[in-house]
Amino acid sequence: MGTYVLRRVLTAIPVLAGISLILFTVLALAPGDPFQELATNPNVPPEVRMNLRKQFGLDDPIMLRYARWFGSMMRGEWGFSFVSRVDVDKLIVQRLPTTLFVLGSAQLLALAVALPVGILSARKPYSLIDQVGTTLAFIGFSLPTFFTGLLFILFFSIYLDWLPFIYRADIQATGVRWLWENLKQGVMPITVLGLFQGAQLTRFVRSSVLDVIQLDYIRTARSKGVPERVTLVKHVVRNALIPVVTLLAIQVPQIFTGAVVTEQIFRVPGIGSLLITSILANDTPVVMAITFVFSVLVVMFALVADLLYGWLDPRISFR
Amino acid sequence: MAGNGATSEAVVAGIPRVTTGRADSLWREAARRFRRHRFAMVGTLVLGIMVVAVLVGPFLYRVPIDEIDFRAKLKAPTWAHPLGTDDLGQDILARILYGGRISLAVGVVAMLIGIFVGTTIGAMAGQLGGIVDNALMRVTDLFLSLPQLPIFLLVVYLFRDSMRRMLGPELGMFILIVAPIGCLRWMPVARLVRAQFLSLREKEFVEAARALGVPAPRQVVRHILPNAIGPVIVAGSLDVAAAILLESTLSFLGLGFPPDIPTWGRILFDAKDNLDFAPHWAIFPGTAIFLAVLSINFIGDGLRDALDPRKVL
Repeated sequence: MGTYVLRRVLTAIPVLAGISLILFTVLALAPGDPFQELATNPNVPPEVRMNLRKQFGLDDPIMLRYARWFGSMMRGEWGFSFVSRVDVDKLIVQRLPTTLFVLGSAQLLALAVALPVGILSARKPYSLIDQVGTTLAFIGFSLPTFFTGLLFILFFSIYLDWLPFIYRADIQATGVRWLWENLKQGVMPITVLGLFQGAQLTRFVRSSVLDVIQLDYIRTARSKGVPERVTLVKHVVRNALIPVVTLLAIQVPQIFTGAVVTEQIFRVPGIGSLLITSILANDTPVVMAITFVFSVLVVMFALVADLLYGWLDPRISFR
Repeated sequence: MAGNGATSEAVVAGIPRVTTGRADSLWREAARRFRRHRFAMVGTLVLGIMVVAVLVGPFLYRVPIDEIDFRAKLKAPTWAHPLGTDDLGQDILARILYGGRISLAVGVVAMLIGIFVGTTIGAMAGQLGGIVDNALMRVTDLFLSLPQLPIFLLVVYLFRDSMRRMLGPELGMFILIVAPIGCLRWMPVARLVRAQFLSLREKEFVEAARALGVPAPRQVVRHILPNAIGPVIVAGSLDVAAAILLESTLSFLGLGFPPDIPTWGRILFDAKDNLDFAPHWAIFPGTAIFLAVLSINFIGDGLRDALDPRKVL
């Protein structure tokens, strides 16, 4: 297990380097000076611009620039936001918890929906329950999050007037009231994102359970009279969930897509909406840093999933 | 020597005929299986209607997409404007029909790019093997772990202005949207094609072709690729749905097509701030995206059932 962990951690580093290389290539291929905005912006003194050029070493050979860029990205030296006038890392650290809270809750909700529905579907394939579940899953991942979000706002905020449709990070209340307000404003973004992720996960869970349920040891358990519920929970689900863990990791890059969209619709002050506002404001350092943070998060979650996978299925870590 | 050549000629001439015969019945069998998938048939019907509507519709429904009429702004559906109007009094049905062309075209073209890149890389990895295979598969894994939307947004953000200047606002934006989507979606196809190649390469009929001295490129194009096409078609159909979703997401965020090219996502972007007094403005284009994506996903599911020969129906 120890060598497995070490190997996985070590392979995450080249992946991160590779992703950063792609990012850097995109940036280097882009026409024009990334700091052009500063040249035309009268509010920014030329010294700042020269300092930035020097800080990013824009006149050095490309390999050196990449090495330096990657180094400073890893150390969290992401530069200075043109628009907000603060260091980019401060801006991101401020916004990241909200994003992680929404994403984490959404993923939990997705699991809470997908596990029962997927298991029930797979227990009796092609039955009525399965048909309904599968159809709903199809509808779920064909409904784009931005459309569901708008429909939710239309129904719950405008028509029923139950939930606020603007997310506020600075709620003044304290105690129970604070918790309640946070819950109320979090419900819509989390549900929209969670149902979308859950719909896909349902398909994964269903096919994974279907694979396991027809194996010999399940028949053995049944024929020796183990109660159906015990067979299902102890023998089927436990083994079926192992591949689902990997699929969760595959979903991670995608959930960030959903995060950007839902944060934008519900005006959640996370890094997804920061990315959009920065793009609209041509705030290059922030855009680069956020894309990099997303990449690091993806690699990190994939690593965690892999380690979990090795822990759940010891055969993997012996290979 | 001459006799030898004639024999192999006859054998080679014989092979296409045999394969065509089998391929025909294989496709007919697939069509039969596909027709049994009820949802896939409904999806085909719905998507067919939508395609016909966006292709023919603008010729029959001759309301201009950009006729501004402030007296009729934000009107709910009426006979004059079957799907209502937006904040400039422009007809929403006309805009949806016109924008649908672009939304669907983005899906198809991005899928073709993704399939082309994926098949090429997968075929190279599977055929050449060894170090090439290893390197290409690492690259594939790398692309799989990219956060797609942020990278896509970054690319669009960085190249937007120069592409527009070079190719005009419409074509430039189209290429800028289609090319990155294709480049972000080829990985599953590459993996599928590689896996197919690894197993097909060792099959007897390929071995026979190799023994007859068929050059490697011809082995690939003529014998292996046609047999590897099934999973690629399935992946391709699902890619169309994903590309439509990605384009509408981008347009919904206000970073895609300009307002004079009303793709479905763009209409939603314009509509979202008027939700409380003009809900129809958002609901119709959103439903269009949903129906298109749902139909394509069902068609993909039907194709999977139809093209998987192991599955007994």
